[in-house]
Amino acid sequence: MDLLRIYDKRYESRLILGTSRYPSPAIMQKAIIASGAQLVTVSLRRQQSNLAAAQSYVALINAAQVDVLPNTAGCESEQEAITLARMSREIFATDLIKLEIIGDNYTLQPDMEKTLSCVVKLIKEGFKVLPYCTDDLVACKKLIDAGCEVIMPWGSPIGSGKGLNNPYQLAVLRQRLPEATIVVDAGLGKPSHATGAMELGCDAVLLNTAVAQAHSPELMAEAFCHAVKAGRYGYKAGAIQAQEFATPSTATIGMPFRVNE
Amino acid sequence: MKILLNGEAQELAHSELHEIIKQHEFKPPFAVAINNTFVPKHLYVTTYLQDGDTLDVVSPIQGG
Repeated sequence: MDLLRIYDKRYESRLILGTSRYPSPAIMQKAIIASGAQLVTVSLRRQQSNLAAAQSYVALINAAQVDVLPNTAGCESEQEAITLARMSREIFATDLIKLEIIGDNYTLQPDMEKTLSCVVKLIKEGFKVLPYCTDDLVACKKLIDAGCEVIMPWGSPIGSGKGLNNPYQLAVLRQRLPEATIVVDAGLGKPSHATGAMELGCDAVLLNTAVAQAHSPELMAEAFCHAVKAGRYGYKAGAIQAQEFATPSTATIGMPFRVNE
Repeated sequence: MKILLNGEAQELAHSELHEIIKQHEFKPPFAVAINNTFVPKHLYVTTYLQDGDTLDVVSPIQGG
């Protein structure tokens, strides 16, 4: 069976879904089911007046019977990220952590220097780190050398919906890092973007806004579910090489109405 | 004793973390950090805050 490998866990679904920005918790729950996702991202924030909402959110996630992937979204320093990772591990009882350390507030581009340094520290503490990263090959290699089995290069800036800004670079990552689990995280807007990432050989996609902010999140979740499968099957099947000239699909030998030469 | 609790100034009668959490009726699931450093649950009863400390109590929310 063709399973997604996230450290010691295996998943049939190659779509990881974010749980933020949905019109309502009920719509979020329907979208999770429609997407077929078995792993969803969650976060932590200060406990304030919306306590009831926080508790019902946890109940919804538990009811969906999916694994959770806590993130360190919003962190700008190693210390913030490490503290949030430790807090997440206690609350969610998982060693998995999606590490996000942002280096630029306009593009939300990850700070790769801080990310690498933080990866080293978190892995020493037994975390299974999924770093949000750029598509820089050397930076990604360093993350893997530090012990990351999974990397999460961006397709384009978070929430932009622009799709894959640099398909060539994702193909290079696949070619040069054959053992790594590559999850394209961020920037996908349409199902075809997910198909494109999967056709390049990426192992999975992580998306949130594309589903949550769609006119119908539930239907879009299902569309992405099919799109991810289509891209994966296409990659596994081995696509033909593109060429600059036409080749007839139907045999030309035996064509009627012509004089045999 | 004055501390910053979830970013807001608070005057507290207790200094024991366990008592502060009980008094403010924080509901699980939550996790705690003092001065941006994680404090595991089993240390709540032996952890004491000092004047000027920052206390953060976080709970799960939607994430992407």
